[in-house]
Amino acid sequence: MNKMTSEGYTTADGRKIGGTLMEMKNITLRFGGVVAIKDISFDIHEGEIRAIIGPNGAGKSSMLNVISGFYVPSEGEVRFRGQKRPQMRPYQVAQQGIARTFQNIALFKGMSTLDNIMTGRITKMKSNMAQQALWWGAAQREEDEHREAVEKIIDFLEIQAIRKTPVGRLPYGLQKRVELGRALAAEPKLLLLDEPMAGMNVEEKEDMSRFILDVNDEFGTTIALIEHDMGVVMDLSDRVVVMDYGKKIGDGTPDEVRGNQEVIDAYLGVSHD
Amino acid sequence: MFYREAGDFKTSYGSDSQTFPIKFDRMRYYVVLVVAFGVVPFIINDYWANAVFVPFLIYAIAAIGLNILTGYCGQLSLGTGGFMAVGAYACYKLMTAFPEVSIVIHVLLAGGVTAGVGVLFGLPSLRIKGFYLAVATLAAQFFLVWLFNKVPWFYNNSASGQISAPERTVFGVEVTGANTDAWAKYMICLVFLVVLAWVARNLTRGTVGRSWMAIRDMDIAAEIIGVNPLKAKLTAFAVSSFFVGVAGALFFSVYLGAVEVGEAFGINKSFLVLFMIILGGLGSIFGSLAGAAFLVLLPVLLKNVLVGGLGWPTDLAAHLELMIVGALIIVFLIAEPHGMAQLWRIAKEKLRLWPFPH
Amino acid sequence: MPDQLLFAMEVMLNGLMAGVLYALVALGFVLIFKASGIFNYAQGVMALFAALTLVGLQEGQVPFAHLINAIFGTDIHHFGWHLPALVAIILTIGVMVVLAIIVEKFVLKHLVNQEPIILFMATIGLAYFLEGFGDVMWGSEIKMLDVGLPQGASFWVEENTAWLGGEGFYGFFIDKLDMVAAVVAALLVISLTIFSQYSKQGRALRAVADDHQAALSVGISLRFIWVLVWSIAGFVALVAGIMWGAKSGVQFSLSLIALKALPVLMLGGFTSIPGAIVGGLIIGVGEKLFEFTIGPMVGGATENWFAYVLALLFLVFRPQGLFGEKIIERV
Repeated sequence: MNKMTSEGYTTADGRKIGGTLMEMKNITLRFGGVVAIKDISFDIHEGEIRAIIGPNGAGKSSMLNVISGFYVPSEGEVRFRGQKRPQMRPYQVAQQGIARTFQNIALFKGMSTLDNIMTGRITKMKSNMAQQALWWGAAQREEDEHREAVEKIIDFLEIQAIRKTPVGRLPYGLQKRVELGRALAAEPKLLLLDEPMAGMNVEEKEDMSRFILDVNDEFGTTIALIEHDMGVVMDLSDRVVVMDYGKKIGDGTPDEVRGNQEVIDAYLGVSHD
Repeated sequence: MFYREAGDFKTSYGSDSQTFPIKFDRMRYYVVLVVAFGVVPFIINDYWANAVFVPFLIYAIAAIGLNILTGYCGQLSLGTGGFMAVGAYACYKLMTAFPEVSIVIHVLLAGGVTAGVGVLFGLPSLRIKGFYLAVATLAAQFFLVWLFNKVPWFYNNSASGQISAPERTVFGVEVTGANTDAWAKYMICLVFLVVLAWVARNLTRGTVGRSWMAIRDMDIAAEIIGVNPLKAKLTAFAVSSFFVGVAGALFFSVYLGAVEVGEAFGINKSFLVLFMIILGGLGSIFGSLAGAAFLVLLPVLLKNVLVGGLGWPTDLAAHLELMIVGALIIVFLIAEPHGMAQLWRIAKEKLRLWPFPH
Repeated sequence: MPDQLLFAMEVMLNGLMAGVLYALVALGFVLIFKASGIFNYAQGVMALFAALTLVGLQEGQVPFAHLINAIFGTDIHHFGWHLPALVAIILTIGVMVVLAIIVEKFVLKHLVNQEPIILFMATIGLAYFLEGFGDVMWGSEIKMLDVGLPQGASFWVEENTAWLGGEGFYGFFIDKLDMVAAVVAALLVISLTIFSQYSKQGRALRAVADDHQAALSVGISLRFIWVLVWSIAGFVALVAGIMWGAKSGVQFSLSLIALKALPVLMLGGFTSIPGAIVGGLIIGVGEKLFEFTIGPMVGGATENWFAYVLALLFLVFRPQGLFGEKIIERV
């Protein structure tokens, strides 16, 4: 990696990474007396794949929840596209262009694959209730336009055959894929993936890795992901944040992180005295 | 070999998302409409209208309304009776205050008033969930019934405390009042049902419907992917209450003619409509119709068989009806939580493959 | 003391007594909810059914007499004996246990792992079934229930409080039955608490309440616990049924006390036994005082809705109830 600035950098394999998209500044998150995140700062650049790793209970998911607006940080500020983000509800964060998947699949079980992914485009739907009630003008046009966009995602993820199947009936791996599709449907600026490969076998992991790289490559989507599989993380990501007990203990390229003594201690375990 | 989708190709997304994608379904739907509009009005008599058709049509509207809230948006309401009362009393006040305006407008406005009240009582849904909310809707039920009972303004200070519908016409045909013909009652309710069912179908297959279902299936995830929960829940309350209000207005003005609020719109009415959607199918427009038809027909049937046929006392038949309905609710929740609509779908799946199931 | 204040106090005392009865019904709800996560709407109908059964047994009614007469054209009503109250109560407890077993076998077992809202609706179905069943079995006419509980105003209380007020005040008017109910409710709560804290079954019950799967994995029989807890709830329903039945006769309206117990639970939280008690008292006192002070201005009968509206407002500001734990949402 060449010199790193807020205007961007070039990765080892020669991809150009843009400027800062999101910046977390001195984030602290408390639940009552429990401190889940302690004074963490890091940034995410446009176009990069950023991983957050750490042992169980390190606060990774909490961090993702802060980014997606589900938790409000007790201290610190979140800056998105150069501006401080005021306190807002999660759906407003989504409207700003941040989409995510969940650690435990959170699909809408009673709906078909198609409807699930269509719902992902909700931030782009403009027609009003009256038009929808009469299935008139804008409502119908919009439905068809978005259907077209959604069909492209369905093609991309190779899930044409399950288009009209209720997602509750799908196997786990496919559900994960549909969930990715739902997040992609929003055409997000920043895509958050919470353990996208948890519970998958090797083939499914390979498929998912390919989709993640393709998303980043073809749509230029910035991705922040949490993952336990070290091999996958080191292969996929451009830069890695390492957390332990709510603190940041490492930040840098996969190689830099691999050599960090504190990180090695956190993973192998060392007595805290 | 007659129920097929093979060869029925779609060339646009619009035709793929239509209500009856299979041609046979579409044809059958048109046949039902033709019979409902072209045949039934000519053969209907007072008994059939009052015992079966009119209550069925009105309850079907109410059931669609509740299904939007409970079946599609996942917010359980036990206040349906109270909201029907709002529709009835709003309609009454409008009918007596503006006699020159058409009853159709009044019924629609009554639905609008009910939608407003529904949104008001729907506000707590933003903070509370599940059966907490169900209990909160009981507050609406009891408070509204009490209100219409105690405040004389609502019943124009009538001595009996009842409200009764003045005579009104549509295109010169009397639709409310004592001298209304059976077919006229039937027709006005049928028109309302057909139009409203079509609207409900449109709403539930589009953006609003998807945001409702998203809230129902996983509210937290829905909000995080961009569904505004405030908007989704309150629109569900508004649309649902509109339907229920229209049903209440028709129930009072066309069906009963005169109403005492505690009797006509008590808590039992709330449960009756809830049972219709449980038995018919949560989250299904067709299910709402099926459930309404079933629970309107069941008492008629039991009465004819047990009381008329076997000569049993009426109260015994009523108690048996309670047992049967209760048992059916449990059986359906255990065996087929999606109700008769799902049974119908399964039957169609079977039929589609018949006679070559492999 | 001014008489007006004394009357208000009397209203409050009566509210407290009514609150005890609400709490009693709410207790049945809390027990079932803690053990199975089921919000048992049928609790009120269970109270009605228990009271009907008790009266029926006491009076020696022939079960299903109505149905038998209708089918066979006979005209039977009573066996012609009267059972002592205690025997009838014990037999009724037996019937409630059988009911618990039947409910477990035919309803609960098949609904494991369903969403709470589905379970709730199933209990509404159960309530309807049970109401119809009770009527078919014992007839639906209003019955008097008498198991020898003291009735009427307590003169002792009146005599000993008359000095508080002036000429127009004759002492607090309190029903003896209400006092008995308060004592019984207190005893029930204490014994249930002891049971759940110190007995083996009680520990198992709390384990199930905490986590079904985990409880199963350490070898607790879920089905046994459910039968147990529904039996206890049946017993609580019987007690509530006796109290309310003795007060205002055994009739359909008795099952509506279940509806009154719902706001109590919303105030107290669904999982807290002390919450049910405090919630019951607040609702009891609140609705009586409201009717006493505001009621006359708005046409009266505010008891119909006061409890619900109070609970609703309360919930909007504190969704977990008085004693419930703060809910932290996770994804």
